[in-house]
Amino acid sequence: MKLLVAVKRVVDYNVKVRVKSDKTGVETAGVKMSMNPFDEIAVEEAVRLKEKGVASEIVAVSIGVSQAQETIRTALAMGADRGVLVETDVAVEPLAVAKVLKALAEKEGAQIVVLGKQAIDDDMNATGQMLAALLGWPQGTFASKVEIADGTATVTREIDGGLETVALALPAVITADLRLNEPRYASLPNIMKARKKSIDMLKPEDLGVDVTPRLTTLSVSEPPVRKAGIKVPDVATLIEKLRNEAKVI
Amino acid sequence: MQTYTAPLRDMRFVLHELHGATADNAEFPPELLDSILEEAAKFCTEVLLPLNASGDEEGCHFENGVVRTPAGFKDAYKAFSEAGWGALNADPQYGGQGLPESVAKLVEEMICACNLSFGLYPGLSHGAYLALKSHGAEALKDFYLPKLVSGEWAGTMCLTEPHCGTDLGMLRTKAVPQEDGSYKLTGSKIFISAGEHDFTDNIVHLVLARLPDAPPGIKGISLFLVPKFLPDAEGKPGARNGVSCAAIEHKMGIKASATCQMNFDDATGWLVGTPHKGMQAMFVMMNSERLSVGTQGLGLGEAAYQGAVAYARERVQGRSLAGAKAQDKPADPIIVHPDVRRMLLTMRAYNEGCRAMGVWVAQALDAAERGDEAAADFVALMTPIVKALFTDLGFESTNLGVQCYGGHGYIRDHGMEQFVRDARIAMIYEGTNGIQALDLIGRKLPANFGRSLRRFFHPVAEFIEAHQADARIGKLVQGFARAFGALQLATSFVAEKGMTDPEEAGAAATDYLRLFGLVAMGFMWVRMALIAAEKAPQGGPDAEFYTAKLNTARFYVERILPQAGALLFTIKAGKAPLMDMAEAAF
Repeated sequence: MKLLVAVKRVVDYNVKVRVKSDKTGVETAGVKMSMNPFDEIAVEEAVRLKEKGVASEIVAVSIGVSQAQETIRTALAMGADRGVLVETDVAVEPLAVAKVLKALAEKEGAQIVVLGKQAIDDDMNATGQMLAALLGWPQGTFASKVEIADGTATVTREIDGGLETVALALPAVITADLRLNEPRYASLPNIMKARKKSIDMLKPEDLGVDVTPRLTTLSVSEPPVRKAGIKVPDVATLIEKLRNEAKVI
Repeated sequence: MQTYTAPLRDMRFVLHELHGATADNAEFPPELLDSILEEAAKFCTEVLLPLNASGDEEGCHFENGVVRTPAGFKDAYKAFSEAGWGALNADPQYGGQGLPESVAKLVEEMICACNLSFGLYPGLSHGAYLALKSHGAEALKDFYLPKLVSGEWAGTMCLTEPHCGTDLGMLRTKAVPQEDGSYKLTGSKIFISAGEHDFTDNIVHLVLARLPDAPPGIKGISLFLVPKFLPDAEGKPGARNGVSCAAIEHKMGIKASATCQMNFDDATGWLVGTPHKGMQAMFVMMNSERLSVGTQGLGLGEAAYQGAVAYARERVQGRSLAGAKAQDKPADPIIVHPDVRRMLLTMRAYNEGCRAMGVWVAQALDAAERGDEAAADFVALMTPIVKALFTDLGFESTNLGVQCYGGHGYIRDHGMEQFVRDARIAMIYEGTNGIQALDLIGRKLPANFGRSLRRFFHPVAEFIEAHQADARIGKLVQGFARAFGALQLATSFVAEKGMTDPEEAGAAATDYLRLFGLVAMGFMWVRMALIAAEKAPQGGPDAEFYTAKLNTARFYVERILPQAGALLFTIKAGKAPLMDMAEAAF
């Protein structure tokens, strides 16, 4: 069974993100970039499925700039078999990514597409869901446990207030939540081997997908700085302020 | 709490831009080396760093001859070995990855910055690997090396005895030949790092001892391999050998590293190399190990720098001497003060300078391995300098780190004082820094009629000639040239005086090593400045990095390098101020 796993190159989670001075977006030049942490979990799950003998091949896919090859290499070092980079300088949106992944899933004949539930840069949380809809496949989002047997994926989902277990008939889309697993450290021999694995380079046009953005960003700004609190002399003042200034009681 | 971010940008600068690491080794493209450094950084900061303070607090436990390492260390070692980090620069023939020494040293820097105590265990295995690989018989190598490389078994180096440390010629451990070709070893060794621990099923000791027919002194010492458990027919650890740990030391720092007293009691061992030539076998691994010890100083210096910068930014206290800077705060962050900046920049200039120098020498070590004689000369010359200079400066940096924190550095909570305690040993072991200075002045300078020295002096002189009138860095190069001049004068003084009176050489040794080290580091700084001066004006995301590099170069040349003049005066004062004092007057 072939698995497709999608990986996104994002600003590293340790970096304190700064808004560009022209407010068109966040500063990414000269900033450390890494694989989206949720995608790392997705890769780890795919590798575990291969180790269990469920998957036969894992294809790591990224859509983005040429440097996203390094993100794919990280997936290859963790255990993916080969990579595909759909190269574009456009800041792709979830729908475009979903369309690209649909085309690739069909081209590759993948049985399962595993993705992170969302990317930590834009927090869209939409690609997996859109992909399932476009493919007409069932989806198991926010997965905290995945079991595959007899053509069925049993996915435990993290939902508000608890866990929900769904059974999906394959092929299916699964998106990884934080507790699904703890991604491994790539071993040195695997980092070396990853260099020798192949990465196919494609363009969105090759897959017949138009990735032109459909959203317009008007402005990006820092969250307002939290103001320092004040001390009130007594309870009466506190209540007075809560009632008249904060208007919460 | 200790925090650390691997200085990957600077490492890439040193590796690719300054030294062009892959120029002569296309097998390892820059992207590969970068991804290795990145993954190593991740492992070190996520796995080793969280155990640094706890390991220091808990220390090692000793009960009935058994050593238990602090909580988490055994698992970390397992993860470390499984990820293959111990095999980085080992020979592929024995399961290693054969990566360049320069990359290995950068990874070691990260390990030491995050957890020096931990790093000593695989470090010792690598030392044992080197000694065995260069001198062992094929059968011994084929059996033991793969196990040392994979980390399945660990290694040690057993040199020191209670009555002899620096002067190994006095050592007494005996080795008696047996009919089957093995030897029985009896004696006591002390200060044996990783002599006993719970990481591995077996420990391979490399032991210096004397054969019954050995000539006295340093020329009668042989090297033996003594496993803790004798391998059985299947190669698994079998019967317990006559080697045991009698105690572990209670010490100032590196508390999570077990420093053991080892007893050998008719322990079975095998000769490594030729009888009576044990010291030569040892010296093979010592060049590499001394570079590694130098790297320990650098790692801790970097950790201290990062801690100090974080604190200097956030600690608000008093106002800037030029008027309040942070109007919205009750006081300014202490980073506004010239004296705090002096400390931070000193640490930074040392760290970045050491990193550049370390990779320079490590590359030469690789070239020497491939048979490049000039590189071998250079490594021989620079080894004592790297060992002593890096560990002296590393200690100084950790001290400055505490100073930046004031009282909060002296208490344990921030982890700054641990760096000082951990850094202190590196100036002592693997040959004290005083011994390094004697090695430089007594052995390395006169070697081959000063050929090694010329291999350093000529490129420096050429660089000065080529760039002293450079509009961008000419002023820095001129400052550097003055220090280089001091080194040349000191060298002829030492050569002249030392030739007739060895005590004159001894009196100059430490100051001469420092002078040489500061000039070698200065050479790195002017070369780095040249690159940065070209790239800073190009703008882009890296402009900040190159501008900071230029500023640091300027700080080094203008505020550190003038020490060269004072060192020259000190050296020229000769031995009289030291030796004229009557012994009884001390």
